[in-house]
Amino acid sequence: MFLINCPFCGEREQSEFKAGGEAHIVRPKQPTELSDDEWAEYLFMRKNIKGIQFERWNHVHGCRKWFNMVRDTSNDQIKAVYKMGEKPPVK
Amino acid sequence: MTNNLRFKTSRFIDETYRVSFKFNNKIYFGFKGDTLASALLANGIHLVGRSFKYHRPRGIMTSGSEEPNAIIQLHDNSSRTEPNVRATEVEIYEGLVASSQNCWPSVNFDIGGINNLLSPILPAGFYYKTFMWPVSFWEKYEYFIRKSAGLGKSPKVADPDIYEHNYIHCDVLVIGAGISGIMAAKMAAKNGLKTLLVDEKSYLGGSSIYDNSEFSKINNQTTSSWLEKEINEISKLENLEIKTRTSVAAFHGYNFLLARENLTDHLPINQRENKVRQRLLKIRAKKVITATGSIERPLIFDNNDRPGILLSSAIKKYIDLYGVACGENNVLFTNNDTAYETAVSLIQRGIKINAIIDNREQIDSKISYEVEKNNIKIYKGYTIVDTYGYRRINKISIMKLSKDGQTVIGEKTKLNCDCLGVSGGWTPAVHLFTQSGGKLKFREEDQVFIPDVYPSDQISIGSCNGDFGLEEIIKNTLSSIKKFLDIDNSEYKTIEIISGLNQSKRNIWLLPSDKSIGKTKSFVDYQNDATSKDIKLALREGFRSIEHVKRYTTTGMGTDQGKLGNMHALGIISETAGTKMGEHGTTTFRPPYTPLTFGTIVGRNVGEFFDIFRRTPIHDWHVANNAKFENVGQWKRAWYYPKNNENMHQAVQRESKAARDSAGILDASTLGKIDIQGTDASEFLNRVYTNAWSKLAVGKCRYGLMLNEDGMVYDDGVTTRLGENHYIMTTTTGGAANVLGKLEDYLQTEWPELDVYLSSVTDHYATISVCGPNSKKIVSKVIPDLDLSDEKFTHMSFKNAKIDNIKCRVMRISFTGEHSYEINIQANYGKSVWEKCMEAGKDFNITPYGTETMHLLRAEKGFIIVGQDTDATMTPIDLQMDWIVSKKKYDFIGKRSLYRSDTIRENRKQLVGLLTENPDEVLEEGAQIVADIKKTPIEMLGHVTSSYYSPNLKK
Ligand SMILES: [Zn+2]
Repeated sequence: MFLINCPFCGEREQSEFKAGGEAHIVRPKQPTELSDDEWAEYLFMRKNIKGIQFERWNHVHGCRKWFNMVRDTSNDQIKAVYKMGEKPPVK
Repeated sequence: MTNNLRFKTSRFIDETYRVSFKFNNKIYFGFKGDTLASALLANGIHLVGRSFKYHRPRGIMTSGSEEPNAIIQLHDNSSRTEPNVRATEVEIYEGLVASSQNCWPSVNFDIGGINNLLSPILPAGFYYKTFMWPVSFWEKYEYFIRKSAGLGKSPKVADPDIYEHNYIHCDVLVIGAGISGIMAAKMAAKNGLKTLLVDEKSYLGGSSIYDNSEFSKINNQTTSSWLEKEINEISKLENLEIKTRTSVAAFHGYNFLLARENLTDHLPINQRENKVRQRLLKIRAKKVITATGSIERPLIFDNNDRPGILLSSAIKKYIDLYGVACGENNVLFTNNDTAYETAVSLIQRGIKINAIIDNREQIDSKISYEVEKNNIKIYKGYTIVDTYGYRRINKISIMKLSKDGQTVIGEKTKLNCDCLGVSGGWTPAVHLFTQSGGKLKFREEDQVFIPDVYPSDQISIGSCNGDFGLEEIIKNTLSSIKKFLDIDNSEYKTIEIISGLNQSKRNIWLLPSDKSIGKTKSFVDYQNDATSKDIKLALREGFRSIEHVKRYTTTGMGTDQGKLGNMHALGIISETAGTKMGEHGTTTFRPPYTPLTFGTIVGRNVGEFFDIFRRTPIHDWHVANNAKFENVGQWKRAWYYPKNNENMHQAVQRESKAARDSAGILDASTLGKIDIQGTDASEFLNRVYTNAWSKLAVGKCRYGLMLNEDGMVYDDGVTTRLGENHYIMTTTTGGAANVLGKLEDYLQTEWPELDVYLSSVTDHYATISVCGPNSKKIVSKVIPDLDLSDEKFTHMSFKNAKIDNIKCRVMRISFTGEHSYEINIQANYGKSVWEKCMEAGKDFNITPYGTETMHLLRAEKGFIIVGQDTDATMTPIDLQMDWIVSKKKYDFIGKRSLYRSDTIRENRKQLVGLLTENPDEVLEEGAQIVADIKKTPIEMLGHVTSSYYSPNLKK
């Protein structure tokens, strides 16, 4: 079980958190202008990377804040956590 | 014969404390300190069980948690009864009761033994191949398999024992208190680190603690006496906690480990009352030192599974630690020096060794010369080709190995014995290391997998790291712990080691026989009866991956996870396939290392704590008024209130009629309530609901439908505008937490620019809904100051009010289609307001109704229940609810998905109303609606989501 460093609360057990899928997928500002394929790309297509992955997490049983995490999915090492809206750290 | 099996021994057995116990309905005696296995062996009993598939007689084979055969049922027929317990781990106490499992009618005469005679037709994959056809017979086969296989019986009543979970945080966790673990714990603790040392056994010191041999000495003392002093010293250290009888079950990432601490299993039953039986320790360690030792390998030869065949190290332990001789006429069979240590222990006590069979041609170690000096015949370069004896081994036959070890040559010699000790070298116990994500490497010289890449801050030391010689163990432990803990002082000055063993070995995974392999039965996995023949068959049939061979032959899939034979399986696979051993990798070792009781896993989360439930503020009233409850999410909701032996149907008919004819009252407190405030609150609602919200006037309520981004209906409810920038949203009972989570997600991640704040207020308010033609009269009695006239208080609006000077909100909203009022008041006043309503409604036959009636009333009006009439495949259009989907709004969650090619498809399933031709017939919910019952395959048109008989509509 991971220890996750919530950017708002500090280090807590994974059981307090919920994973929320791939990060940095921005909801289109004008969905009606998108083709079916473009909308499907936003709606359904997610990466499943072995290695460095950017993902969203929510401190659901804590401060309820969403934040981003950089995690190596091959060994579960957490490389960085940062707040929503902040730029992802360069590798 | 049983008289001379027990010898004067160590401090581990208290010979003044006799313990009686029952095994297979017979009473035996042992001593305090015995395990069930050692006590049985002292009584001359080897045969303790039957094997899984062939029901072959099986005996105790090991002395520890790796035991594959001696698995027994503990506490017959009591509430504590427990299957699959290893007799080698059970400490005996006065009154212990145990019996063999997997045999009927008895272990000595077992009907399933017929499988052994049938074994030519029970090859690998037999169950897969045979029982696949015809499908309709599967149920019968399954019954047959279960009855004849049955690994023990589960208890029929609740577990009377107490279990708990504990969290432990430490700087250093040391797993295993053998010689290297003890040294590591001392170095860590003495250097100021908070240290926890755990060991699965009841004593510390591992196998070194009973090593009194002249052939492995430390600083000129026997290993046991040197180690005893060390243990004495560490038991006084302040920042070292020691837990025995504690087995690490799982090693997860981030140095998070689970261990089971056994607290009362060794005590007589009457001393266990009110004590915690087992604890699940959840350990977070900054650093982990794994010192789990190694497991001796058996050898794979024909009929290598008879009772009386043990690992040679087990024979040594039984005599040195428990003072029990496993036999009176022993033969040892080995490919390395380990068996000679056993020989020395037996010689010390004058126990007969008939011969030693050694695969090696050349043996050159002090300890082997010592054994030869005692006139013990050593057959060098020989192997056992067969064994004899049904319930206990009585004979072996041996032959000379060819130079390459692939065949046998020369004459066959038969030797008598009543006990055979085997040693195929050692396998490092890397299970926990690999569980943690560690990568292994293969060491060619002695054919072992050892830790290579560590995934976290941890280290393996001692024989689990592949260090087998005493000198190697101590030297490497000192240097690697110093480095790992970054300490200067090792706590040890000079350590002088004398060892009479050398590490030479002649490794042959599958020993040759004079018979063809088809005629042999050389077991690789004892518990699951997988033989070398099965593995070869699997390869012939085309299986290549070790994971596939494992599943096909069931090798390593027993409760022991193949701790003894997995390496041999790998070896035989690579020899047969002509590949290199390291290339195959190993099968995955999964937690738990040894089985855990369900009690340990659930801890205190039993009974009412199994799944906590939520009660409304009015709950006690419902209980007092005979309500039946239904679980909705975590809530207990009043379901219906039967009167005078009514069944549910009768109660619901009465309740719903009363609600339509006069007045009904419902506890709606469980509905989710989210308080929404902020200058952008209206805009926010516009984006999350399908309909428009900007124009909703203050004081008005509106029904809203919420979609997922994929266009499917997610939740619904009424939202009320309390003020210019203040709303209260209601959600379905079950969806409350998810809706809040979803709204927070959008607010924080997609629309952080919106000035909106969300709070869950579900528990803050009691919600009482009074409905029916007389509801106005009742509410006006409860809140006389409130003007309830239809002109002043219109449908879908809200008013602030006071009841006995307590503020409340009253909404004129209806889920039943009746004229109704919903009173929301601070939760702790809920019950008294409910009672006020009941009092005020007395003259109007006010009738409390539950969720079942609520569902019926809304169905009469055609209102949907999200989650019952919908699943995650229904759009609002599918529900015939396009009226609530705004055409004008540019965007809302899910809008774009409503005209994807799939959602505008013509033939999507639609929610429609159905009436039965016979109005008294009520369809079953979930029933399939089919086009033509005679046509196969039957075409499914849809299914029934809700179904009721309405007393008001008489259909
Ligand atoms: Zn937090």
